[in-house]
Amino acid sequence: MKLRINGEWLTVPETIHTVGDLLSHFQLDQRVVIVEQNETILEKESRSEIKVQDGDIIEIVQFVGGG
Amino acid sequence: MLKIGSQEFQSRLLLGTGKYPDFDIQKKAVEVSGTDILTFTVRRMNIFEPSQPNFLEQLDVDKYTLLPNTAGAKNAEEAVRHAKLAKASGLCDMIKVEVIGCDKTLLPDPVETLKATEELIKEGFTVLPYTSDDVVLARRLEELGAHAIMPGASPIGSGQGIINRENLRFIIEQSRVPVIVDAGIGSPSDAAQAMELGADGVLLNTAVSAAEDPVKMAEAMKLAIEAGRLGYEAGRIPKKRYATASSPMEGMSRT
Repeated sequence: MKLRINGEWLTVPETIHTVGDLLSHFQLDQRVVIVEQNETILEKESRSEIKVQDGDIIEIVQFVGGG
Repeated sequence: MLKIGSQEFQSRLLLGTGKYPDFDIQKKAVEVSGTDILTFTVRRMNIFEPSQPNFLEQLDVDKYTLLPNTAGAKNAEEAVRHAKLAKASGLCDMIKVEVIGCDKTLLPDPVETLKATEELIKEGFTVLPYTSDDVVLARRLEELGAHAIMPGASPIGSGQGIINRENLRFIIEQSRVPVIVDAGIGSPSDAAQAMELGADGVLLNTAVSAAEDPVKMAEAMKLAIEAGRLGYEAGRIPKKRYATASSPMEGMSRT
């Protein structure tokens, strides 16, 4: 399955079905991250249910230092 | 006590979290500053380096109110998107609207700032727009329902201190919501001056993070802001052209 994650097209294993799976795959499930899928911002609680599909555009962002 | 929206804060110093030499120094600086509000920004995660340390994750987030900014946004639409991303963390509902209109001076775009502020207020955010020291613009932002007005003292990171005292004074006089002087503060005396003018708070970052000793500077800023506020509340003496003796002129013993 091909996904565009943070501006880059990546092929991820077919075992990934949900946004939650995707975060686990990148070892981000315990991190404070915010996920947007096809321009929809996802609630944290819904990540384990929301499916990812071939061609999805995913943004994974975090809080960094700023003024 | 500083009241923004429905929240109250002991400290009148709002501290940025960018550009510190390392997390240890930053943690100490945050601690000694006594701040209650820390600013952050939202950026893409490097998904290939999941173990990279993150300052926010090392903080006791229950101790601080997070004030994410929309830095990097070029227009209202981008600012609103950033604000929504930040809110989706579940960690905050305050947002510092920052829409830059000029890359060289980093001065805010007034039209887009106004638009973003209006939209985010409708969306239920507690909105703190970073604005120039334009008096009318500050009033318009307040009329839209901004929860605080954050005029810059001088360009971001410039350390020039307060360029236009009179405009700041006008903004402070007319505002019924808190005025937080944001950007351009270089030294403790700049921060004290802002507070003496009657500002309700000061937001600064580079002045501390890029100081030779950020921890010491954090403490200096805390004290300066407290001193400036006390001085404002105490009411300073008017300036006079000529001297007035402090000691009695009568009863002088002479031989």
